[in-house]
Amino acid sequence: MTRIEKRFAELRENGRKAFVAYMMAGDPDYETSLEIMKGLPDAGVDIIELGIPFTDPMADGPTIQLAGQRALAAGQTLQRTLDMVAAFRAEDETTPIVLMGYYNPIYNRGVERFLDDAKRLGVDGLIVVDLPPEEDDELCIPAMEAGIHFIRLATPTTDDRRLPKVLQNTSGFLYYVSITGITGAASADAAAVAPEVARIKRHTEIPVVVGFGIKTPEAAREIARVADGAVVGSAIVERIGRGDSPEAVLSFVRGLAEGAHSA
Amino acid sequence: MSTEQLNSFATGPDERGRFGIYGGRFVSETLMPLILELEAEYEKAKTDPTFWAEMDDLWKHYVGRPSPLYFAERLTERLGGARVYMKRDELNHTGAHKINNVLGQIILARRMGKTRIIAETGAGQHGVATATVCAKFGLKCVVYMGKHDVERQAPNVFRMRLLGAEVVPVTSGRGTLKDAMNDALRDWVTNVRDTFYCIGTVAGPHPYPAMVRDFQSIIGKEARAQILEAEGRLPDMLVAAIGGGSNAMGLFYPFLDDTGVRIVGVEAGGKGVDDRMEHCASLTGGRPGVLHGNRTYLLQDDDGQILEGYSISAGLDYPGVGPEHAWLRDTGRAEYVSVTDAEALAAFQLCCETEGIIPALEPSHALAHVMRAAPEMPKDKIIVMNMCGRGDKDIFTVAKALGVDVNTG
Repeated sequence: MTRIEKRFAELRENGRKAFVAYMMAGDPDYETSLEIMKGLPDAGVDIIELGIPFTDPMADGPTIQLAGQRALAAGQTLQRTLDMVAAFRAEDETTPIVLMGYYNPIYNRGVERFLDDAKRLGVDGLIVVDLPPEEDDELCIPAMEAGIHFIRLATPTTDDRRLPKVLQNTSGFLYYVSITGITGAASADAAAVAPEVARIKRHTEIPVVVGFGIKTPEAAREIARVADGAVVGSAIVERIGRGDSPEAVLSFVRGLAEGAHSA
Repeated sequence: MSTEQLNSFATGPDERGRFGIYGGRFVSETLMPLILELEAEYEKAKTDPTFWAEMDDLWKHYVGRPSPLYFAERLTERLGGARVYMKRDELNHTGAHKINNVLGQIILARRMGKTRIIAETGAGQHGVATATVCAKFGLKCVVYMGKHDVERQAPNVFRMRLLGAEVVPVTSGRGTLKDAMNDALRDWVTNVRDTFYCIGTVAGPHPYPAMVRDFQSIIGKEARAQILEAEGRLPDMLVAAIGGGSNAMGLFYPFLDDTGVRIVGVEAGGKGVDDRMEHCASLTGGRPGVLHGNRTYLLQDDDGQILEGYSISAGLDYPGVGPEHAWLRDTGRAEYVSVTDAEALAAFQLCCETEGIIPALEPSHALAHVMRAAPEMPKDKIIVMNMCGRGDKDIFTVAKALGVDVNTG
C-alpha cells in the first residue's frame, strides 16, 4: 500500500474524513515555508498538497498567483521544492505529499529525471493541472510506472460520458473541483456538490475529495460531510501572503482540520 | 508525423492536434469538454458550404477582400535586387489581417449558441477586430489586455470601447500579451457555459492553431492566385513577421508543398537575440516547452519559468509561437530569422518614403528582412511579403523612438 492508500484506509477505519491542505513551496521563502509544512501534520492535516511555483498559473486566482510570484522572487525552483520534500521526509515518514502545479517546469527538467528524484525523495502523488487524459503519455503513465499516483481533477463540466476517461489512469484519490472557475474564487456549495460526488462514486472505488472555494471550518465540515475529504488552499495561502506567523497559519489550519474531521 | 515519410507539409495536425511533437491539448479538465465540442463543431463547419458562403460574403462585403497584391516598384528599385510584392492585408477593415480569423470564430460561436465573446490582445489589433465583429452581430465582448499594452496602445483601447467592448487591463505578471492570455483563460474556465474564447493567433490548445491557420489561409490562397496572374509563376521567397505567427501561417500554408518557394519567418529581435533575453524570438532564441495549451518554442529560464519577451512592437511581444511554426522550423521547411527594433524602425521609414504606405511595426520586421534579402537576389527573382497591418496605431511609438514630440513637431 502507498502512503496515500494507507492514509485513507486509516481514516476509513476511524470513520473520519480527510483534510487536505495546500501551500505553495517557497512562499514567502524557503525556511518559513518549510517550517509551516513541518507543522501541518500536528495541525491535523492528513495529506499535504505542495504547490510548485510557476510564472503562468492559468487555473489559479490572484491569491495563488501572488504566492507563486513571492516564491519565485525568493529563489524557489523545482529543485528547491524537491529539497523541501526531502527535508520534510527526514522527520515524517507517513504524511502523504502530493506535488501540484503545471507541466512546464517538470517537462523542462525532464520527465524521467523528475520522477526518479520525486520517488526517491518521498513524493506520493502529482496533480498537474494542464495535463488532461488526452495527454496521459506525457507524465501520467510514466508516473504510474514509477509508483507515483497521478491524481486527476474532475469538474462540473466532466459529464458521465467523459468521466470514465478521467478515471481511467487516476489513482490515490480523485480531486473534484467544486466550481467552474479558478482557485480562491466562488464559494463551494455543499448542496450542489453532494449529487456530483455521488455521481462520480457510481463510477469509481477511489476516494473523492473536494476542493476550490472552501474557506472556513464550517465549509470544510459541510463539504467533507458529502465527500471523502475537503481541500483548502487559497484561504491558507492568503494568511501566509499577508505575513501571518507560522504559528498563526498553523492555528488557522488546525481550525479547518477540526471542521473537516467533525463531519 | 516523421519527416521521412512526409509527402506533404500541409496535412497536419494529427488527430491529437499535434504537428510532430508540437501542439496538443495542455489544458485543465474544466476546459477539455469545451475544446472537444469546439473541435467537433469546427470539423462540421469546415465541410459545410453554408459556413463558407457566409464567410466569403462577409470577407468580400465587410472586410474588403480580396486584398491587393501590390508590386512595390520604388522599393524594388531602391533595394536593387529581387522584385518585391506586398500582400496588402493592412487594407482590410480594422487595418490588419486579424479580422480574417475573427469572422470565422464568431460565426462558429454563433452556430454553437454562445452569447459572450472573450479575447486577448497585445497591440490591440485582434481586440479591435473582435470588438468590431461582436458589434456587428450584437454579441457581448470582453477583451483582456496587459496594463502595459493598454498604456502604449491607447488609441486601440479607445476604439474597442467605442465599439462597445469591455477592455480589462491585466495587472498580473508584467502586464503584456502573455498575461492577457492567462486572464482570458481564467475567464473562460469560470464562464464555460455561455462564453466563446476567440484566440487571435495560431497558438493555444488544438483545434485553435489549425482553425486560425485555416481562416488566415485566405491570405496565401489569394496571394498564390495573384502572383500567378501577375508574374505567371510562383514567388521565390515568402517573408512574414512572427509573433504568435498567424499572418505568417496564413501566407505560408498554401505554399508549403511548393518546395521551390523559400519560406522565411521574421521574429522580433528587440534589443538583440542574446542571453540578455530582451527579445521575443522564441524560435531563434528559445527552446521547447508547454504553455497556453500547446507545446512549442518558448522563452524560458533554466527552471522552466516563462520569461517576458521584449519588443518595440506590442503585437510581437509574446514569449511563445504557434506550434506549426515550431514544426516547420524543425523540419527545415521554413527558416526563421530575427530583426532588431532598430532595423524594423529603418524599414518602417523606408516604406513610408518609397511607397507611401505607413506599415505597422509588425510587418516592418518582415520588411527589414526583405531589405537584407532582396539586394542579394538577382533582379528576376520574386519576393512576396505580408503587409499584415497598417501603422496608424504605431505613430506615437515610432515618434518616441525617433525622438520626435508629435505635439510640437
